[in-house]
Amino acid sequence: MFGKDSKELKVREKQEVNTPAEQTKPGLLFTPSVDIFENDNSLVLLADLPGVNAKALNIDLRDNTLTIEGEVAPFEGANEKDILVEYEVGKYYRQFSLSEVIDQGKIDAQLKDGVLRLTLPKVEKAAPRTISVQDS
Amino acid sequence: MIYRRIYNTPSVSFRSAFEQLDRMNRQFEQLFGDDPRVGRGLLGAGVFPQINLTEDTDKFYVRAELPGVKTDDIEMQATSKNLSISGKRKIEVEGEGVRYHRREREAGKFSRIIAMPTEIDPDRIEARMQDGILTIHIPKADAVKPRQITIN
Repeated sequence: MFGKDSKELKVREKQEVNTPAEQTKPGLLFTPSVDIFENDNSLVLLADLPGVNAKALNIDLRDNTLTIEGEVAPFEGANEKDILVEYEVGKYYRQFSLSEVIDQGKIDAQLKDGVLRLTLPKVEKAAPRTISVQDS
Repeated sequence: MIYRRIYNTPSVSFRSAFEQLDRMNRQFEQLFGDDPRVGRGLLGAGVFPQINLTEDTDKFYVRAELPGVKTDDIEMQATSKNLSISGKRKIEVEGEGVRYHRREREAGKFSRIIAMPTEIDPDRIEARMQDGILTIHIPKADAVKPRQITIN
């Protein structure tokens, strides 16, 4: 019971970002929190994207640059007035450069409960093969 | 081409003076918490999860960003004055032989009590979770709802 889950969660302010490219639409831009790990076959990225649905999420991989972009649709009703605003809503944007060669055809992306799980399989290396010699 | 090098660096973005001012303003507010429009930092700020509270004539709306939190792991209780939200966020262990390059997402438990600005009807609260955002609709108590008065 004394694992990681028993820790008290602390508030972390959303981090605003400046992108190298200029934005064509107004609005705030935040950088999502991510976990990135690697096992023998693939690189896996988990990103917190609350408010982003599958249609509004854009994942792009070219020239070893991975770009994640998620739009958040406004969800407040027209007549709602703010009483307390502790967090702000905006787009998510983050770029990564990948050092591994990724098998582009087998990339898998799943978005569930506002968390993206992106699996980037590494290109299979030539596995060492043993050649057995048969008696004739 | 010297222009490009100076003006296209991401750290020096002159895209709009107003945007820059706006950003400074927000950062200032974050530091000192004195935004006159909204009660930022008045109702127990700094407690996870961060919430946005809005209202219309009949209801209050509480929204919180809780990505990856299952509905079963959230518990809510309400009285006529308070709403309490507690729960935990779990992050699955990713098997053996995994090497982490970045670990920014956090797991843990949370609990927060929100004092409502007016009396509410705790029996008719509705909550739903979508795309990692918890939305709670809280009807105001009939006694505090504005009433239309007709003149005879």
